[in-house]
Amino acid sequence: MLSIKDLKVSINGKKILNGFNLEVKAGEVHAIMGPNGTGKSTLASVIAGREIFEVTGGEIIYKNQNLLALAPEIRAREGIFLGFQYPVEIPGVSITNFMKTAVNEHRKYKGLAPLTATEFLALMDEKKKLVELQTKLANRSVNEGFSGGEKKKNEIFQMAMLNPDLSILDETDSGLDIDALRIVANGVNKLKTKDNASIIITHYQRLLDYIVPDFVHVMYEGRIVKSGGKELALELEEKGYDWIKKELEEKSNL
Amino acid sequence: MDTTIKDMDLKSKLISTFHENRELFYKNTPAEISALKDIAIKDFERLGFPHTKLEDWRFTNLANALSHDYSLSIKPEYQEIDIESIFLCEVPDMDTYNVVLLNGWFASKNASLSILSNGTIIGSLAKAMQTYPHLVKEHYGKYANTSKYGLDALNTAFSQDGIFIYVPDNVKVNKPVQIINVTNSEEKLFVQPRNLFIVGKNSELTIVNCDHSLNHNVKFINSLTEVFIGENATLNHYKMQNIDNNSALINSIYFHQSANSNLTTNSITLNGGLMRNNLNIALAGEHSNADLFGIYLIDSNQLVDNCTFVDHIVPNCTSNELYKGIMDDKSRGVFNGGVLVRKDAQKTQAFQSNRNILLSDDATINSKPHLEIYADDVKCSHGATVGQLDPEAMFYMRSRGISEDSARMLLMYAFANEVINKINIEVLRERIDEMVSKRLRGELSICDQCVLQCKDKAPSVFNIDMTKI
Repeated sequence: MLSIKDLKVSINGKKILNGFNLEVKAGEVHAIMGPNGTGKSTLASVIAGREIFEVTGGEIIYKNQNLLALAPEIRAREGIFLGFQYPVEIPGVSITNFMKTAVNEHRKYKGLAPLTATEFLALMDEKKKLVELQTKLANRSVNEGFSGGEKKKNEIFQMAMLNPDLSILDETDSGLDIDALRIVANGVNKLKTKDNASIIITHYQRLLDYIVPDFVHVMYEGRIVKSGGKELALELEEKGYDWIKKELEEKSNL
Repeated sequence: MDTTIKDMDLKSKLISTFHENRELFYKNTPAEISALKDIAIKDFERLGFPHTKLEDWRFTNLANALSHDYSLSIKPEYQEIDIESIFLCEVPDMDTYNVVLLNGWFASKNASLSILSNGTIIGSLAKAMQTYPHLVKEHYGKYANTSKYGLDALNTAFSQDGIFIYVPDNVKVNKPVQIINVTNSEEKLFVQPRNLFIVGKNSELTIVNCDHSLNHNVKFINSLTEVFIGENATLNHYKMQNIDNNSALINSIYFHQSANSNLTTNSITLNGGLMRNNLNIALAGEHSNADLFGIYLIDSNQLVDNCTFVDHIVPNCTSNELYKGIMDDKSRGVFNGGVLVRKDAQKTQAFQSNRNILLSDDATINSKPHLEIYADDVKCSHGATVGQLDPEAMFYMRSRGISEDSARMLLMYAFANEVINKINIEVLRERIDEMVSKRLRGELSICDQCVLQCKDKAPSVFNIDMTKI
């Protein structure tokens, strides 16, 4: 589904991703872990199409297309979803209006007729339950005045509405208490099928107790330095990132 | 059309027209009002038209609008069009008392003054001067300032008709009064309507005022309205402006507020060649409150100038002002918001905010919120912002599959929505909401509301060049 090869990205001349490689197939859940400032969020942004980053090398192939040539909205309509680490507040735009526009633009792209108001509201209701989103939330402006937990629930709600093939969840667990974490993780698990895939970007093992990954990758200085199964996350939790750094140093000393 | 002004400059022409047609301008006017006219024509002679050397007019130049050979409509006219039916469907679910001004003259098939069962009087000011001179005299000319403002003087001298509304004490008028100001002429027309609204003690009134042109001919409208709001009374005043690019509209309103009174005024400008809204509010009774809201959506070479002045005369009053604008192409916005807190006006709370989005490099906004405070125990703030659409929000929306155009539309709409949400008549809010959306999408024509008169259906397009942002 997704193939990232030797990706090099910089911002304002500063290198952030430096030869990043990743293969994701349908049905897989990948976790990307790593210390602060190693380029995890940059990776998520570049896949979603944020224009402030400069891709200086490498490629991203998604469903056999050159992803980097597509506008962010086309990527989204092709099935990519980014759950933001810091969801943006948009005063004055209601969640209903926002989601209706998004859903119908997805449908238009696929050659489908827009949903009627009734169909849309029914879909909203169904997906809201999935993330235990309170009814009144839907009448509010996008993320405006939301608590940290509400913002993250809202991200998963949007994911449920748009039904992506590849979702990238950027630090979805940050700022969540344990109940919210469980609700968010349940939502993600319920949306999982054999045809879609997820990349979970996280700092801590905690989220991976709820969303069990098929692969765990450790990122350091702009690339993946270690990959393994779900047990790698536990090992990291136990030994900390210094363990990886030490290993890397030893390698380079050889 | 009776008199065409040519060759001479407009000021001299107007003055000589006034003297030549004296008997028409003084016809049926009570002595007190005739005396005001005598003073006003001299004031106009002295002051003339406003020019850009005046601080309040620095950014709005009337020279071009005043350069035409205008005709004056100095005799009542009746046109063979059913004006009322054109507008009846306008806000379909809103039940209103409709009154129409055609080229500044009260136009109705029915009586020129209607008296509702609760004692409210709605109709022609000219007729009211004859029928209820005591009511008119008590307030007419008391709030406008002919010795200071040339346009006030000009209107006072020349005006012959307009809308008169009187609400007695203790009456809540159950339906909004909708005033439709229509100009329609084959000639270049100079129109000067004069309105007077009186809201009695403990009473409540909602006015929806629509300025509208039925064709694209050049017009100059110098409208003046005086409003008295009695003790503990409430007035909601909505002003919709959707006129063609060849028109210049000066719209001066003086609100005089008594103790515990409440005023909400909302100016919604969707189109207009040159629009100047002079809003003057005198908070003359304690514990009175004034909310001033405005939205202007302009493009091409349009100019909208909102000049507001809130005078905190007595203690314990509040005023709250929010004006927002979106400007595209070479359009120009002006916000000139003055608040005066006089020495005795302790415990005043006055807030003022003007926020703007510029969509093109050639669009401009001159924003000048200013406070003048002579009392020491007050709470006041003012501010102005100019910006573009939030790029973070743009990316967030695009990452959900929303196109750049739709995202921009949602953001602009959201920006405007803050003001629209202040409209507390639901059907009107929905209607204006729809008009604003249409305006932003470039689908609103100035002829949108009229089905009969417009041969030229070309929409005035809010054409946003996406590459500019």
